[in-house]
Amino acid sequence: MPTYTSMNPLQLSCFTLTTSLGAGLDANLQALQHQRSGLAPCTFETVQIDTAIGAVAGLDAIAMRSDLSAFDCRNNRLAQQALTQDNFATQVHDALAHYAANRVGVFVGTSTAGILETELAYRQRDPQSGLLLHPPRYRYSHNSYSSADFVRRYFGLTGPAATISTACSSSAKVFATAQRMIDADLIDAAIVGGVDSLCLTTLYGFSSLQLTSPQPCRPFDAQRDGISIGEGAAFILLERAVNSRTDNILLLGVGESSDAYHMSSPHPEGRGAQQAMQAALARAGLTVDAIDYINLHGTATPSNDAAEGFAVAALFGARTPASSTKGATGHTLGAAGAVEAAIGALALMHDFIPAGANTRSVDPALPIDYVLENRRQPLRHVLSNSFGFGGTNCSLILGKSA
Amino acid sequence: MNDTTRATARTTVPTTLLGAWIEGVGLLGPGLASWQQLSQIVRGIEPYCAARTLLPAPTLLPPAERRRAVALVKLTLATGLEAVAHAGRDAATLPSIFTSSSGDGQNIHAICETLASSEREISPTRFHNSVHNAAAGYWSIATGATAPSTALCAYDGSFGAGLLEALVWIATEKTPVLLLAYDVDYPAPLHALRPIADAFCTALVLAPERSTNTLGYIDAQLTQAAPTSATLPELEQLRANIPAARCLPLLELLAARRAGSVVLDYLDDCELAVNIQC
Repeated sequence: MPTYTSMNPLQLSCFTLTTSLGAGLDANLQALQHQRSGLAPCTFETVQIDTAIGAVAGLDAIAMRSDLSAFDCRNNRLAQQALTQDNFATQVHDALAHYAANRVGVFVGTSTAGILETELAYRQRDPQSGLLLHPPRYRYSHNSYSSADFVRRYFGLTGPAATISTACSSSAKVFATAQRMIDADLIDAAIVGGVDSLCLTTLYGFSSLQLTSPQPCRPFDAQRDGISIGEGAAFILLERAVNSRTDNILLLGVGESSDAYHMSSPHPEGRGAQQAMQAALARAGLTVDAIDYINLHGTATPSNDAAEGFAVAALFGARTPASSTKGATGHTLGAAGAVEAAIGALALMHDFIPAGANTRSVDPALPIDYVLENRRQPLRHVLSNSFGFGGTNCSLILGKSA
Repeated sequence: MNDTTRATARTTVPTTLLGAWIEGVGLLGPGLASWQQLSQIVRGIEPYCAARTLLPAPTLLPPAERRRAVALVKLTLATGLEAVAHAGRDAATLPSIFTSSSGDGQNIHAICETLASSEREISPTRFHNSVHNAAAGYWSIATGATAPSTALCAYDGSFGAGLLEALVWIATEKTPVLLLAYDVDYPAPLHALRPIADAFCTALVLAPERSTNTLGYIDAQLTQAAPTSATLPELEQLRANIPAARCLPLLELLAARRAGSVVLDYLDDCELAVNIQC
C-alpha cells in the first residue's frame, strides 16, 4: 500500500442535482425521503429493450442559451438545466467575483457526452458516399470535452478545464483533479460535476452484455439481475474550506485505484474497491468507525454488487449502514459520482440515510448493513463509491463541519 | 449555504509554476517508430520519411485481451513501455494519466453503424472498448498497475491538459507519474468531422526528483501567448494535424538536448508556457 498524507478539506459551497427523481435538490430530497423511485419502463427514442430506465423529463423542450446554441444536444440541455436551477449559477457568479477567471477550474465527468447526436446522424447517410447528410456539431456534442467546454463557457472562465471520462467513476474523479489543482495553488476554486444522458450506445451496449434488468434494478437484492440505466447531472462549486463556517459540507478525502484485472468485470474480491476506500479514509484522516453511511456504487449486477459487498464487508464489517441509491435514480454512468456526492451531501444536511429503493430481500451472501427503510439519525461522515469499466475506482468522503 | 466568506480572495493573478524531471520518453507516429528515431531526425542524423504509423503487437497482454486489442491499445502499450524502460521504472508501480482528443474513432464508427441498422445489438467487446479509459484499462491489466489512473479529454488541447494534470500530480502527490497522450485516425464518414489521419502517441515519465535517467527538467505555467510551431516542417505538419502531436515543440527541444521555451496548445484563452532545461 502506498502511504497517504491527509488532504486539506474543501467545501462544497453550493451544488445542484437533476435525476429521474426530479429537477433540483428539493425534488430529489423529497423523493429520497419518501423512498420513491424514478425508474419506469424504457420508452426512450426508438429503443426496443425490455428494461427500466431513469429518464429526466422535459429535456426535449429545453432551449439552449443563445450564445451556446452550437452546444445543443440532450447532454448539454441536461447540463444547462442543472446549472440554471437551485440558484447554482447565481451563487457561482457571486463566488467568481472573488477570483480571477483563470484561477477557477472546470472538471466534468461524462461517459458518452452528446454521442446520441452522432448515433441519430448515422441513420441518414448518402447512399453513394456514405457521408452523413445531417452531420452533428462534433466538437460541441460528440466529443467528450463538449461537456466541460459547455460549463466553462457558460460561466466565461479562462482557467484549466478537462472532461474526465473513466466510465462510471468519471465524475467522482473530477473531485480528485480539482483537489490536486487547488492544493498545487494552480486554481482557487473549481466547478466540478457530471452529466450523462440516455443514448443508444449505452442502452444497447449494456443489453448486449446482458447487464440490463427487465425490471427496476434491485441493488444488493438476492434476486438482483442487472442495472437500470439512468441519466442525470450534478454540479458542485468547490473552494478551500472556511474553518469558521458551521454546517459546512466538506470534501475530506478522495481515494483512487485501478483493478488491473478485467475490462468489464470487477476484481471478484473488490481488491481495487478496498484500495480506493482505504485511500479515501487515509486522506481524510479517518478510521472506518467514523463513517456513518456508505453510498454504494451498487449497480445491481450480480458480480458488481458481490465484489463491492465483499470489499465493504472486509473493511467495515456489518456495522456501517449502506445503500445504493441507483434503485431510485438508475445508474447515471459518468454522472453517478457527482450525483451520488450530491445525494451524500443532502443526507448530511438533512441527517438521514436513504434506503435502497426496489430492494426487497438483501443477499445473505453480502454481509453488510444494507438499509431497506430510511433512517433519521445525525450524520457526520459519508463515503461514496464509484467504480467503472476498465477497473477504475474512486471513493469520496464527505463530512459536515462541527 | 449562501455564506460569501471565502478562504482566499484574489483579484490579482499569481502565476503558479509547476515543474518535474523528465525521466523517459516514448513515441510512435507517422514516420516515427520510437523516441530514438525522433531524436535522430531532430539532430539531423537521419531524414524524416513519411509513413503510416506502425503498431507493434501487444505481447504483454494475456492472449484473450491480445486478440481483442485495438489500434489504440497497441499504440499506448508500446509507447508507454518505451518511456518506462528509458526511465528505468517498474510500470506496475506508476500512476498514469491518459489523455486523448477523440477516443477511438474506428470503434465508435462501428457502433454507430450497428445502431443505425435493423440489428442493433452491438458487440460486447466493442461496447467495453468504447469507454474513453479503454487504453488505461488495458494498460493496467497488461502491467499490473493498481495505482490511480485517469483519462482526460480537452479536445485539441488534450496533450496540454494531460501535461498539466501530470505536473499537478508531481506537485501534490510527489511520486513519479506516467503521462500518455494519444490519438488514432477517424474513419469516414466521421473523418469529415474530425480529420485525424493517423495514429500518434507520446509517453512521458515525470518524477519529482532528479535521477540517473533524467533527460531534463520541465516547468510550465498558464499563459495567453499563442502556441509555438514545431521547427521541422514535417513535424509541424504532424503537430497541426494530430492533436496528440501538439507535444512536438517540447519533444524537439528535449531531443536536441537544448534548453528553451515553447508554448503548447491547451484551451481557448489558456495555453501552456513550457521551459525545458537539459
